[in-house]
Amino acid sequence: MPRTCALLALPIGALFVMALGCGDGASKGSGISGEIVMDGSSTVGPILAAAAELFQEENPNTEATVAMSGTSGGFKKLVAGEADIVGASRPVKPEEIEQLKEAGIEFIEVPVAMDGLTVVVNKSNTWARSLTLDELRRIWEPGSKVTSWSQVRPGFPDEPIKLFGAGTDSGTFDYFTLAVVGKEKASRDDYTPSEDDNVLVAGVKGELGGLAYFGYSYFESNKDSLASVAIQGESGTVAPSYAAILDGTYTPLSRPLLVYVNKRAYETKPQVRALLSHLFEHNDEIVKLACYVPLGAEAVKLAQSRLQKKRTGSMFHGTQAGISMRDLLDAEKD
Amino acid sequence: MRLDSVSGARRFKGALFHVLCLASVIVACLFLFALLGILVKDGVQGLDVKFFTRSGSSFASRAGVKSALVGSLWVVCITILASVPVGVATAIFLEELAPKKNRWISLIQTNINNLAGVPSIVYGLLGLAVFVRMFDLGRSILAGGLTMALLVLPLIIVVTQEAIKAVPPSLREGALALGATRWQTIRSQVLPSARGNIVTGVILAVSRAIGETAPLIVVGAVSYIGRVPSGVMSKFTVLPIQIFDWTLHPKEDFKRLAASAILVLLALLLSLNGIALLIRSRSIRRTA
Repeated sequence: MPRTCALLALPIGALFVMALGCGDGASKGSGISGEIVMDGSSTVGPILAAAAELFQEENPNTEATVAMSGTSGGFKKLVAGEADIVGASRPVKPEEIEQLKEAGIEFIEVPVAMDGLTVVVNKSNTWARSLTLDELRRIWEPGSKVTSWSQVRPGFPDEPIKLFGAGTDSGTFDYFTLAVVGKEKASRDDYTPSEDDNVLVAGVKGELGGLAYFGYSYFESNKDSLASVAIQGESGTVAPSYAAILDGTYTPLSRPLLVYVNKRAYETKPQVRALLSHLFEHNDEIVKLACYVPLGAEAVKLAQSRLQKKRTGSMFHGTQAGISMRDLLDAEKD
Repeated sequence: MRLDSVSGARRFKGALFHVLCLASVIVACLFLFALLGILVKDGVQGLDVKFFTRSGSSFASRAGVKSALVGSLWVVCITILASVPVGVATAIFLEELAPKKNRWISLIQTNINNLAGVPSIVYGLLGLAVFVRMFDLGRSILAGGLTMALLVLPLIIVVTQEAIKAVPPSLREGALALGATRWQTIRSQVLPSARGNIVTGVILAVSRAIGETAPLIVVGAVSYIGRVPSGVMSKFTVLPIQIFDWTLHPKEDFKRLAASAILVLLALLLSLNGIALLIRSRSIRRTA
C-alpha cells in the first residue's frame, strides 16, 4: 500500500510543484495594476487579446483576461456585472438594452475595427469574379432552387454550385442573411455550415464550383488559393479590400466591430481606462495583428471622444446592414 | 453429407467474423496513425523549450503553452483532491456499509449510474450556477476544478464499486471471523486488494477531465491570459481551449502551434495512462 501510494503521489506532487513554481512574480513597471475582465464575440476576441498582450508589456502589474463566450454570452456577462469590456460583432439588441437597464448597468459603445464579409470562389473559377446582390440573394434565399452556376447568370457554365457558409449560431450568419437576403437568419439550409472558417476555406479550395462567405481576414490569409467576388452595386463594382471596407464603398457587407464598456468599471478602474486608451492609440497595430481592418484616424477620434464624454447608450437601432464608418461619424455629429 | 455442408457454412461464418473483426482493427489503427502522422509532421518541430516557457500570444512566433499547461495541471490537481476521497468513500458506503435491498439506496445507485451519462456541458452549467455564482468563487481554477470533480465523480464511484465487488467474499469473511471490525476489514483486506482497479479507474477519469473543454468554457475559463495562474483563485485557461483557439486562427502558423499543443496534450494523457498500467501490473503481481 505505501509503495503504491508513493507511486501515485509522485506525479501529483510533481504537478503541484510545477504549478506553484511556474507562477510569475509580480514585476516592476508602471503604477497601474488590477484586473481587466473582457469577454464576448469570438470575432472581436482576437483584437481584445492583442490589446491585452501589448498593454501588459507596458503595464506588467495588470492582469487582463479575454474569454470568448460569444456576443450574446458577452452581453449576459455585462448584465451580470461580470465583465468590464465586451466585444460584439453586432450592435446590442433592444431586449438586451432592457436587461442592462433592469440590472442598473450603463454602457459606453465604441467601434473598435471594421470587418468585411467576403464572398469567395475557387481560384479556377474565372466566371464569377463579380456578382450582384440580387444574384447572391437568389443563390442564398430560403428554398432557393439554384444548383448550377448557369442558373445564376446566363452565360455562366453548367458547373454544379457547392455552397459553404457560417453556422446558424454565429453573428456572421445573422449579418450575411440580413445584408443579402434582407431578413436576419433567412437562408437556404442545403449548404455545408461550419463555425470554423478554416473548414469553409478548405471546402472552396477543393471544389471548382464552390462558393463561401466569411470574415475578410480568412480571405486575406488564403489569397493564393481563393478568389474574392466583387459586389456589383448601383455605384459600381467593388472588390473587398482594406480601403474599400474602411471608406464604406464595399457595402453592404462591411460591418463595424464594437466594444461595450461597463461605465462604472470605466469610472472606477484606472486599468480599464488605460487599456482602452492604449487600444485606440495603437488601433492600427493591434487590429492588424488580429487580421481586421483598423478604424482610421477619424473613427479613432470618434471612439476616444465617446469614451471621454462617457456617452452611454447605443448608436444603433438593433442590427442593421450596410453601416459604414461614415454613417457612424455622421450620426455622432447630430 | 448434410452434416459436412452445415459445418462448411458454419466455418465460413466463423472465418467471416474473424476477417470483419480484423478489418475493424485495421481501419481504427489506420485513422489513428494517419492522425498521429499529420500531427507529428506539423507539430514536432514546434516543440522546443520556448514552446513551454511562453504563453498565448497574438504573434505566432511568441506563442507557447505555458499558461495553458499550468492551468490544466492546476485544474487536474483540484479535480483529483475533490473527487477521489468523496468518490471512494461513497463506493465503500454503497458496497460495504449500506443495507442491501433498501429503496433509497437503489434510488441513489440508479442516479449515480445515470449521472455518468449526463452531457458534460450540463455539469458546466451546474458549476456556473453553484460554484461561480452561489459560492461566489468567480471564474477561478477552484470553480473549474470542482466542476470537473463533479463530472468525474460518478465514473470514480462506479469504477470503485466494481473494484470492491471483485474482492472475493472469503477475504471479508476470514477477517470478520478472526474478530476484525468492519472498519478493520475494509482497511486491511478490501481496500488493499481493490487498490489496483481503483487507481486505474481514477486515472482514466482524470484523463477525461484533462481533455474536456465545454464545461470549463461555461464556467468561465478564458481564451487569453497574459500571466500564469498563481493560485486556486486565479483565472485560467487549459490546453484544449488553447488548441481550439489556435485552430480557429486564420493564419497558417497558428495551426502548427495547435499541432504542437495537441502533441503536448497527448503526451500528458499517455503518461497518465502509463502510470495507471504500471500501478495495475504491480498490484496484480503482488496479489497473484
